[in-house]
Amino acid sequence: MNLKKIREFIIERLIFLGGMASIIFVILIFAFLLKEGLPFFRIYPLKDFLGGRFWYPISEPVQFGIKPLILGSLIVTGGAILIVVPLGLATAIFIAEIARGKTKEILKCSIEFLETTPSVVIGFIGLVVLAPFIRKVFSLPTGLTALCGSIMLAIMSTPTVVSIMEDAITAVPKVYKEAALAIGATHWQTIWRVILPAASSGIMAAVMLGIGRCIGETMVVLMVTGNAAVIPKTLLQPVRTLTATIASEMGEVVQGSEHYFALFALGIILFSLSFIVNLIADFFIHKGVK
Amino acid sequence: MGKIIAKNLDFYYKDFQALKNINLEISEKKITAIIGPSGCGKSTLLRCFNRMNDLIEGIRLEGEILIDGVNIYRDDSDLLFLRKKVGMVFQRPNPFALSIYENIAFGLKIHNMAKRKEIPKIVEDCLNSVHLLDEVRDRLNTSALKLSLEQKQRLCIARTLAVKPEVILMDEPCSALDPLATLKIEELMQELRKDYTIVIVTHNMQQAARVSDETGFMLLGELVEFGKTQDIFTRPGDKRTEDYITGRFG
Repeated sequence: MNLKKIREFIIERLIFLGGMASIIFVILIFAFLLKEGLPFFRIYPLKDFLGGRFWYPISEPVQFGIKPLILGSLIVTGGAILIVVPLGLATAIFIAEIARGKTKEILKCSIEFLETTPSVVIGFIGLVVLAPFIRKVFSLPTGLTALCGSIMLAIMSTPTVVSIMEDAITAVPKVYKEAALAIGATHWQTIWRVILPAASSGIMAAVMLGIGRCIGETMVVLMVTGNAAVIPKTLLQPVRTLTATIASEMGEVVQGSEHYFALFALGIILFSLSFIVNLIADFFIHKGVK
Repeated sequence: MGKIIAKNLDFYYKDFQALKNINLEISEKKITAIIGPSGCGKSTLLRCFNRMNDLIEGIRLEGEILIDGVNIYRDDSDLLFLRKKVGMVFQRPNPFALSIYENIAFGLKIHNMAKRKEIPKIVEDCLNSVHLLDEVRDRLNTSALKLSLEQKQRLCIARTLAVKPEVILMDEPCSALDPLATLKIEELMQELRKDYTIVIVTHNMQQAARVSDETGFMLLGELVEFGKTQDIFTRPGDKRTEDYITGRFG
């Protein structure tokens, strides 16, 4: 009897620890980022870091202005969202409301498959197919541009956006649909005027999570955006994102150098950005539950 | 001639026959109640009148349903027009997750029934006709989901009235409500009866006796008896009806 109790106790604690692990990891990661990143601001003013227009980490004198990087991340993400939201919404509506039987199954399967496609593969396709295409169409010196990154990110984040939107649409009570049809609404009027408004908080959450996915994505943007740390004016020029900067420079940085700490400071900014985006997404999800 | 006439109506869900050779005639501007135990097919019958059953896969219907003398199951029948003409109120109040105002305006907009400027007036009239206007006048733009159950049901009735139907089908409209709320809905039905043909499905026999002019009793997919409510409840012609209304089963 006692042995049973002890066993129960141990198992309960283990499950509890498992549940806590994810929270602990997040806290540890953030603590580590702070520990490695904060010292940077002792030697480099925050104002120049956030507002500086030039990222010259190894020239003389060094400059760590991350404005072009932040704007690079934002323009690529913004472009991706502009593409993925209408496309994702249409797909989600089609899967949830219109497709039946086999069509629905095949669609859902292929979207799941897209989810599992390694980002390096998507980046590769962008590099060898989309970039030359963009170069030709817009007659640019290079096709590796923010636009290229946006399109590839849109493709990458489609599964996330579609599956959450589809869940939100499917979760709308059937009685709404019945009520609308019973007044003589067409299927589309029902979807557009009744079902989508009822699913709006879930749809917003999907958009936010899509943004989070795009801001955090590294490999694709590293491969297809050209990585020029200049303040972007249009979608048709090369940009460099926060993630690509960290990924490409962390490998060759001298440990303990100013540059090293600067990259961690970048990490703090990136972490905060995606944290805020996820927080907003969470807000919409819980708004929907009530 | 009756407003709604069913002729030799058979209805199947896949292999299951839910309605067996139903013949009935529902009179205009009266309240007709359809009673019977759960699963007897009364809701199925009701949902044949506005073709809501069409939403279910694997259904089959034989026979005819005439509304104003026109078979609504004709191939070229206009489904949207039918559902505008034959409104429905559901068992659980189901206002849309929109504002009170938008719930009513919905029907007007989808049928292009009113100019933009006229909509607020019509919305108020509809709310007024279900006695909801005074309760919600200052919060027309708040979510309809915040109303009480009974207010929601009255809103749903108002939403149906907005598109100027001729028939209102009510599928156990009070089964989610408490007795006091039920009474209010029943009073409302009495008022609406002047202008609309109402068909109500209920498993509450007292309700049928209170509100309806005519009553049909259904059992296992058959319409056992149909007649004046008073007759059905005081001198039923069929032993099964008598057993049911005296509470011997059901």
